[in-house]
Amino acid sequence: MAEKRGNVWIFIEQEGGKIANVSLELVCKGRELANRLGVKTEALLLGNGVADATETVIHHGCDKVFLVEDEALEPFTVLPYAKSIVDLVKKHKPNILLFGATNKGRELGPRVASELLCGLTADCTDLKIDDFDDKINKKSYKDKLMQIRPAFGGNIIATIVNTWEDPQIVTVRPGVMKLAPPDKSRKGEVEKVAPEITDTEKVVKVIERIRKEKDVDLQASQIIVAGGYGVGSKDNFKLIEGLAKAIGGDVGASRAAVDAGWISHDHQVGQTGVTVRPKLYIACGISGSIQHRAGMSESGKIIAINTDPEAPIFSCAHYGIVGDLNEVIPKMIKAFKAKV
Amino acid sequence: MGYTILVFVKQVPDTQNITGEAMKPDGTVNRAALPAIFNPEDLNALELGLQLKERFGAKLIVGTMGPPNAAEVLRESLYRGADSTILLTDRAFAGADTLATSYALSKCAEKIGNFDLILCGRQAIDGDTAQVGPQLAEKLALPQIAYVEDVESLSKKKIRARRSIEGGYEVVEGPLPCLLTVVEANEPRPANAKNIMRRKKSMTRSELRKAHADANYTDAEMLVDEEEKLKAKGLWIEELSAADVGAEESRIGLKGSPTKVKQIESVVLRGADFKRIDPSEDGINALMHELIEDHTLG
Repeated sequence: MAEKRGNVWIFIEQEGGKIANVSLELVCKGRELANRLGVKTEALLLGNGVADATETVIHHGCDKVFLVEDEALEPFTVLPYAKSIVDLVKKHKPNILLFGATNKGRELGPRVASELLCGLTADCTDLKIDDFDDKINKKSYKDKLMQIRPAFGGNIIATIVNTWEDPQIVTVRPGVMKLAPPDKSRKGEVEKVAPEITDTEKVVKVIERIRKEKDVDLQASQIIVAGGYGVGSKDNFKLIEGLAKAIGGDVGASRAAVDAGWISHDHQVGQTGVTVRPKLYIACGISGSIQHRAGMSESGKIIAINTDPEAPIFSCAHYGIVGDLNEVIPKMIKAFKAKV
Repeated sequence: MGYTILVFVKQVPDTQNITGEAMKPDGTVNRAALPAIFNPEDLNALELGLQLKERFGAKLIVGTMGPPNAAEVLRESLYRGADSTILLTDRAFAGADTLATSYALSKCAEKIGNFDLILCGRQAIDGDTAQVGPQLAEKLALPQIAYVEDVESLSKKKIRARRSIEGGYEVVEGPLPCLLTVVEANEPRPANAKNIMRRKKSMTRSELRKAHADANYTDAEMLVDEEEKLKAKGLWIEELSAADVGAEESRIGLKGSPTKVKQIESVVLRGADFKRIDPSEDGINALMHELIEDHTLG
């Protein structure tokens, strides 16, 4: 008889009871992996007074939610979270454990994996189930999680496999997995868990916390007009804003434009910004470094406007306009207004 | 007496400036063609360490794990103001993933002992994982404060630091000893000319041996003698092997790494269905028309 396989787990990240988009994206992906393996999809929801969020998690595809509530879990500090998760993993032995590659996920994942002596792959952009033949050690593994991620500054794509004991733990970049609409008729189980958090985990205290909502949520945008260093000045960024406004889109930017201080980091697309997949992405004066392309190349349609015909951005574009954006953009606005 | 601060740094290939030739025809990375640099955020960690030394008084020890020529980043650390340095080097460490790396570094930290703080850069630009800092903290059973921008206060028992969180920042307080990962929030100072003059002859035991061999010296006693002299002048880069720090063989290098690389592909640029649009009014009109027709726009 085959050994019983563990389930697919997703760590649900929340802030003030609001679930991070990436966690729901991972529930959808987790569901897909669990179906392929013939196991269940289960979520870990930690916090204090967050029970209301369990429904959303179930609607997106979880069979069960472990609801872990304690005063020490709000606000987020890494040690009580790590302790609660490690205890649950030891008890239930999941096959796969997914974290969003957010600030929280990227400091929590390593802490958990290190204590469990498990492998951990950061910032995955794709996950699949496949077999693995380790030719060096002459071992075969069936139905392992293929952990696919860019490395070397985005210059290569590596497929990584965890060959030690389960769980196979990864963090996944926000915005890369598709978020399917919730199914409100879906039912699931909620299991309340009382965590065993001791004083040892409570040593780091949050004294002050200043947060604001993002200027823009590019991951939800269907149309993005992005400007790069070629825009030339902060003042000239109005051109980008003008086109975005005219066609009903949001404003994105390359790292160079953000570093130049022309626009806030919330607008940055790429490896150190957000990963987006809108219907339409218009790259204006963006040369298209590999780091930028990593964050937008999955867009439905890409228009690149650049004076340099050799700019790498054209290599991932569907439409290329070699020209001066100062002339091209006004023509686009005019043409759009004339048609609609 | 001041604090003892360990800073762990890494020498990395400069992935931000990769040229075409840096990839081999088989799609693997041609590491030899990439310039080796001081990992950028580790410079921020070192800078924070230097600032803490100036503000509160501290002994700053910089350590790295890597091949023998990683001694270069240690000399660079000395030029910027580190007090002493340690190179953890051993063929047995090769092929380590983040778990095996953090284990090796934890053994190194234990060997040094009696530290108050460990500083690491948030992540290295070759892997971008940001895992080694938190894993090292776990291995040493230390609390961690990740994404630190600055330290507000430090006392024998407590540290108060400002750290970056999604959409803002947080001020947190934790006990010592503690591990901090540091983000790009300060301006690393350049190497100091006086320090360069004073410490450019710093070397490891391997480098000293090589220098002797190159000069055809065979006197073993002289080697010991020179080592003592270098140590006395503060020019000694301590070199430690896996055995020196008591690292278990099964937990380091490839053997100690649960993750294996199945496949590596170079990023292929997609060239399908590319359409060149004329920047004229007609060309752009046709483009906008097409986008409205297929419901991308409007």
